Amino acid sequence: MQQKDAFIANLGRIYGIYTGAFLGFVIVLAILEQLGVPNRVIGYLFVFLTIGVYAGIGILSRTTVVSEYYVAGRRVPAFYNGMATAADWMSAASFIGMAGSLYALGYDGLAFVLGWTGGYVLVAVLIAPYLRKFGAYTVPDFLAARYGGNTARFIGVIILFTTSLVYLMGQLTGTGVIASRLLDIPKEAGIFVGLVGILVCSMLGGMRAVTWTQVAQYIVLIIAYLIPVILLSAQVTGVPVPELMYGQVLQRITELEQQFGGPGGYLEGVKAHVAPFTNYDPLNFFALILSLMIGTASLPHVIMRFFTTPSVREARKSVGWALLFIFILYFTAPAYAAFAKLEIFENVLGKDISTLEAVQQLPAWVFLYGKIGLVTVCGEAAASADALFKACQAAGVETLNYANFGIHKDVVVIATPEIAGLPYVIAGLVAAGGLAAALSTADGLLLAMANALSHDIYYKMIDHTASARRRLTVARVLLIAVALLGAYLAIAAPAGILTFVAWAFSLAASGLFPALVLGVLWKRCNSQGAIAGMLAGFGVALFYIVATRFYGMPKWFGVNNISAALFGMPTAFLVTWVVSKLTPEPSREMQEFVEALRIPRGEVLMEDARKAE
Amino acid sequence: MPSPGQMAEYWARSRNLMITVLVLWFFFGFFVHFFVVALNQITFLGFPLGFYMAAQGSLIAFVAIIFWYAHRQNKIDEEFGVAED
Repeated sequence: MQQKDAFIANLGRIYGIYTGAFLGFVIVLAILEQLGVPNRVIGYLFVFLTIGVYAGIGILSRTTVVSEYYVAGRRVPAFYNGMATAADWMSAASFIGMAGSLYALGYDGLAFVLGWTGGYVLVAVLIAPYLRKFGAYTVPDFLAARYGGNTARFIGVIILFTTSLVYLMGQLTGTGVIASRLLDIPKEAGIFVGLVGILVCSMLGGMRAVTWTQVAQYIVLIIAYLIPVILLSAQVTGVPVPELMYGQVLQRITELEQQFGGPGGYLEGVKAHVAPFTNYDPLNFFALILSLMIGTASLPHVIMRFFTTPSVREARKSVGWALLFIFILYFTAPAYAAFAKLEIFENVLGKDISTLEAVQQLPAWVFLYGKIGLVTVCGEAAASADALFKACQAAGVETLNYANFGIHKDVVVIATPEIAGLPYVIAGLVAAGGLAAALSTADGLLLAMANALSHDIYYKMIDHTASARRRLTVARVLLIAVALLGAYLAIAAPAGILTFVAWAFSLAASGLFPALVLGVLWKRCNSQGAIAGMLAGFGVALFYIVATRFYGMPKWFGVNNISAALFGMPTAFLVTWVVSKLTPEPSREMQEFVEALRIPRGEVLMEDARKAE
Repeated sequence: MPSPGQMAEYWARSRNLMITVLVLWFFFGFFVHFFVVALNQITFLGFPLGFYMAAQGSLIAFVAIIFWYAHRQNKIDEEFGVAED
């Protein structure tokens, strides 16, 4: 106990030293690179040293106490829980993919930026304080207590498992891609390298280990995200504040679009970057924002982070810190997109490619990423100047234009170090940051799923008399089982499966949000209503996604299936309300329970958690 | 423990704060973006204002709203004696 409090008191110093050590490590690698150490060795050092540190934190945080394993002993200060939540939240898709989506979609891509941040306002006022007061170990715990037992718990587990599993597959694939690129090994082997790191970290210490690892991972990922674009901004605009300076860059992009976007210009067919509704119509734009926001407020691996704060007050503040730390990355992503677009519009497109000599003048990064198929020109991978020249000659293209240039969305972030002409060590740093983003999210998801199985299914539904020791053993075995299942699916499933990740938001929003919110705000809401609502909401969203995606059902009102929550969530609210009204009101005790949830003072309400403390 | 009457007033005050926050959330999450085309005619810090609001302005507002909410709700908790020690 004493030792732990000393640890909490010294957090600032510990993570300060850690941050300094990480920066020192990057500088040492930069010096090694100048001394002629090959890139591959630098890649290995980045992967194994960072994963090694995460695993080390996991081992140091090992625990045999149930409440430490499930909720980190409810001792995580708001500020650090904010950092851990930010790492938990920002996945490989946020780190690597989002800037690329903004590059491709322009203004319309900002729906993701708005949706993935605004949801935290809902977490702060509707979800986090009340679930923290209840003292849940898992989200289904709350559903069971409020809606009278294991039926609600079981439905909660099903929804949690479905949404988290597809999300986990996305993270494991991301881990595999990054590790394989840095280590020069197959993607499948890369997935297992990442998996070892994830398991060592989370298995021994549960939530406690994951918390302190996620804080460490946040520091790595935010440094890695900011450095390249700060240096690029200094080069292009002379001021190292990309978030402010890309306004000028947008103006130049708009000028180029107007000048060369007409018929015959090299940007013919381009969509204006800052103009709204060129890719999504307004209905889909706002439906997407709503689905992502509500989904954010319903994803169990995010909600459960707020179970770890010392008090309800800290839980509320912690949501603010979490969003501030997320904001730092999300308000930088559009700057990445703008700088990349300007580079491409000025230094790649519009260039003469009628001779091999001219083609060789193109920036080197085009061929670097062309080699791995991420940049295509005239319909072929731009593997070399020769290949590009031949492909365009065959197509009769003499000036490289917008229509003949293709770029994978991941390239925008990964290629920035090369665009800015920075040494390889910065490229390695970006990859280490992407790895940290994928691993930290995978940690949280894995724990959410394994805890639902061990606590909700095994302990609450199968063996209510299991000893603490036995419960933790079961939790660890299930953690490995879920990890292997996720890895197997990530390797076996077809590539298109990654679009499933976006659907997780709609499924969680439709299945969980109404039950969680009405459980606190509406005393009259009863078990029958909530259970019917969860099933109806989840069912409608799932039906809409499956029917439109796989069975060619026409869209309702033209709404894309990524925003299925637009139908699922109102259905869930309506069904919950109607069924609750038609059935008897909850017992006196249940109504008192809801009143107790609403006030911060007093001990946690979950009986099992009270006993453990 | 507060009396049932105080409890009702506590919840009414908390609920009003909640509604205020949700109105602000709707305003910055949706309402301002309805006018993006008009706002883009205005230049702010070198950005078209409509683009700026979606890329930065609303995000800053969300962060500020949450910290403000946490502060206000805590004040209400203390006033009614239901804050944690």
